[in-house]
Amino acid sequence: MDETRSLLQIKGLRDGLLISMDDASWEDQRAALIAQVDERPAFFQGARLALDVASQVLHVNELVEVRDQLSERGIFLWAVVSESPTTEKTAQLLGLATRISKQRPEEARQYSVGDLGEETSLFLNRTIRSGTRIEFAGHVVVLGDVNPGAEIIAEGNVIIWGRLRGMVHAGSKGNHHAMICALDLSPTQLRIADKASAVLKPQESPQPEMARINEDGTLQAEYWTPR
Amino acid sequence: MPAQVITITSGKGGVGKTTAVANLAVALAADGSKVVCIDGDIGLRNLDVILGLENRIVYDIVDVIEGRCRLKQAMIRDKKLPELYLIPAAQTRDKNAVSSSDMIRLIKDLRSDFDFVLIDSPAGIERGFKNAIAAADRVFVITNPEVSAVRDADRVIGILEAEEKGPASLIINRLNPLLVKNHDMLSAEDVLDLLAVELIGIVPEDETVIIGSNRGAPVAYDPKSKAGQAFRNIAKRMKGETVPFLDLGAQSTLWGRIQRLAGRK
Repeated sequence: MDETRSLLQIKGLRDGLLISMDDASWEDQRAALIAQVDERPAFFQGARLALDVASQVLHVNELVEVRDQLSERGIFLWAVVSESPTTEKTAQLLGLATRISKQRPEEARQYSVGDLGEETSLFLNRTIRSGTRIEFAGHVVVLGDVNPGAEIIAEGNVIIWGRLRGMVHAGSKGNHHAMICALDLSPTQLRIADKASAVLKPQESPQPEMARINEDGTLQAEYWTPR
Repeated sequence: MPAQVITITSGKGGVGKTTAVANLAVALAADGSKVVCIDGDIGLRNLDVILGLENRIVYDIVDVIEGRCRLKQAMIRDKKLPELYLIPAAQTRDKNAVSSSDMIRLIKDLRSDFDFVLIDSPAGIERGFKNAIAAADRVFVITNPEVSAVRDADRVIGILEAEEKGPASLIINRLNPLLVKNHDMLSAEDVLDLLAVELIGIVPEDETVIIGSNRGAPVAYDPKSKAGQAFRNIAKRMKGETVPFLDLGAQSTLWGRIQRLAGRK
């Protein structure tokens, strides 16, 4: 029993449990997790669980399996934290959170235009459908449509090469210099930093647009014009 | 050839899942295929009523799963079509009586005896829906040309993609060409534009559908019904035939564009 326990670390968070795994075989760790749960059902019953899977590369089947096994035991898996981009993407597809709230509030950061260039980007080559929430600590680029009911929350800029009809929040950590571009900008709502806007008229013949916060502090969209 | 297992689902309720399953089953069986349809809506069964088989139910799917009867005993043969069977849902239980692995096991036993297994999914995206898609080879998402139904269809297609169920096919049900023409209803083109999946059929609004459902005689039997014709066409497409989409009396250019959209991968 000690052997299986050493594979897993269980920590209490403010709003649930965090179980950390390492890079050893996924199958062993999953089995160990389920064994742990079965051993102490009263402790785990009804728990909100986040999994830190280190750099394991996990696909949909694997995450669905563990999620189902946990839910059969009355445990709600809400987040999977991973260093692997594949695993992060899988978790996002399944509607799981990929970041758990930090214990200490982040210091308010001062942003300048230059900061954005340094961040990484998430590139999504697909339609973002209703019910999907993409959260990313950088820029987000979508090659495809963002449908109504979908949400994209990025700390940096958001570029949509397609129709934007869902909700986008750029500069989510307060960066007023963030911007949102789309070939057809007809969102349910746009947010940049702490400004929101639901204006934006439906267009007969869509044109590429860019939305940003202008000098007097309002969120505005402008047509892209070749110079 | 082993059966094709097809689940019909929608997210939103009331868009015509059960009606579509009944009509496709009738159309396929009338065209010589061996078909079994399964009512996956445990606790709210309807498919038996629409097929007019309500009074013949002795055993149901939960009886099979819990071992109270053999699979063959729960299969009800249709009144008119000898190659059409129904496995009814339990009315006195709920979705928790069945698990995904139960469904996969049950359908495995049916595959060798039939050409098509059609599964009627419950509304929603919870357990009943997960059970209904667990064993599917193909999923048909059915929607109405309404914003809320299309939104739910989009969500369901997203879940199917995430569960790696392969690309869904779309049925647009209850399209009213007159309303579309007056710009009072989403057109088939608008719906396809948003959902970006393969179109397998457009069924026009048709009051004979309701009459047929109430009488337990699906409109696919009725040679004069436009909706019946639309369902028969979908059945042909399911067998790999190329059938042009019905001209529902709207502008012809629109239909040309839909067919182009439908043809794209």
